[in-house]
Amino acid sequence: MTSHARTPAAQSGVATVLEAADVARIVDRMAHQIIENVAGSAAKSPGFDVVFLGIPTRGVPLARRLAERIAVFEGVTIPVGSLDITMYRDDLRLRGVRPLGETVEPEGGITGKTVILVDDVCYSGRSTRAALDAVADLGRPRAVQLAVLVDRGHRELPIRADYVGKNIPTSPSQTVRVNLAEVDGVDGVTVLDKDGA
Amino acid sequence: MKNLLSAADLDRDEALAILDTASQMHAIQTREVKKLPPLRGRTIVNLFFEDSTRTRSSFEIAGKWLSADVINVSAKGSSVSKGESLRDTALTVAAMGVDALVVRHHASGAVQQLADWVDCHVVNAGDGTHEHPTQALLDAYTLRGKLGDLADRHIVIVGDITHSRVARSNVLLLNTLGARVTLVAPPTLMPSAVGTWPCTTSWDLDATLSGKEHGDVDAVMMLRVQRERMSGGYFPSEREYAIGYGLSPKRLELLAESAPVLHPGPMNRGLEISSAAADGLRSVVLDQVQAGVAVRMAVLYRLLSGAPEEAVAV
Repeated sequence: MTSHARTPAAQSGVATVLEAADVARIVDRMAHQIIENVAGSAAKSPGFDVVFLGIPTRGVPLARRLAERIAVFEGVTIPVGSLDITMYRDDLRLRGVRPLGETVEPEGGITGKTVILVDDVCYSGRSTRAALDAVADLGRPRAVQLAVLVDRGHRELPIRADYVGKNIPTSPSQTVRVNLAEVDGVDGVTVLDKDGA
Repeated sequence: MKNLLSAADLDRDEALAILDTASQMHAIQTREVKKLPPLRGRTIVNLFFEDSTRTRSSFEIAGKWLSADVINVSAKGSSVSKGESLRDTALTVAAMGVDALVVRHHASGAVQQLADWVDCHVVNAGDGTHEHPTQALLDAYTLRGKLGDLADRHIVIVGDITHSRVARSNVLLLNTLGARVTLVAPPTLMPSAVGTWPCTTSWDLDATLSGKEHGDVDAVMMLRVQRERMSGGYFPSEREYAIGYGLSPKRLELLAESAPVLHPGPMNRGLEISSAAADGLRSVVLDQVQAGVAVRMAVLYRLLSGAPEEAVAV
């Protein structure tokens, strides 16, 4: 989804959609939505547990940020793990061999918990499908939800995000690029026209 | 990469990619569901013309945990015992539509030869006294787990170098990874062409382990004395070998506390390695076995999971 070649931003056909401050505000809002929806009750009724599973690369720092903000707002600590979906992808054989990302089970595992998958962009929905398969091999969660920073549309599978930072209408010929300080040194979201990129 | 026939096939990037992949594969061993889907629908045949326990079973587990179908064919009880040639056996098995052959053979070079005959992927699981690249990878993986980056590390390999495919593959791979290797063996068990290998050599184990000869030692690997490959006369007696080249409790003390002791197994206790060394705190023999599955998963994943090389236009 965001695996297209990353090119320097200073060129035509590149539109900055979100600045660093926008990203911070959106993450805060998503954290509040998650609190309202599930995490709030984790503080009140013990046993109702929530864990974040970030999808590498950028889903992992995003999951950590959401957990940090929720800790600040609510004082609730939500375990964060990472879930590599490379081996579950349906296009594994369409390209050369892919390097693997890291899978780290969140503290306490995922069985019986509400798992919130965190990714940077939701596009075809195929990554999410792969992630659902990967989750099933890791344990049996009570429920699985999906949080994405950007929903760019063009779904190819019946999949819908529960928490969306920003809906960005795009054409399939464009590339959405999410930058996060932990990975890219700076926060921001840009849309690139493929022929311009 | 289509085949893994020699440790020399691996450049630094590919070797590190396999080792990094292996560390992700390693995590699955502690999971309840030990199954990953990337090789679903692929068929791997373990074609073993020579006995093996750990290599064959770890290749089998590795393939199965990646969801491939794995079939074992061993020379005993197959058409090979009826006199079928290597080529006919290989072509017969390949004709069934397998995606990869994992081959062990008692003749050096047999796996390379076989790879020229078939179209599928071929992995060398040990050919004669020539190479055993996945053993070298799992040794490097184990060493990396204990020592971190292997660049400029000094690894000493001791024992029957002449008959050891493990030694050759290890020298090549460790050199690729930037480590220094010293081979220690009695003159009769040092191959005559060792001068062309990228390593230093010694006949004196005590001087090497104490660091007097080639500098401080970061790890030591003891090789099995391969009685079955010897036609006799390489050393006067087993006792004499153990005194000169065995890793005795006293020699063990020459090593740093942090220096791991490796052995590819099966061990001849009391001959090349004492029980004190084999079971001591420095011993990583069981780590090596555990790494075997992860490393072989990584190799099969890197060879088989992507699109065929000709289809990937870069």
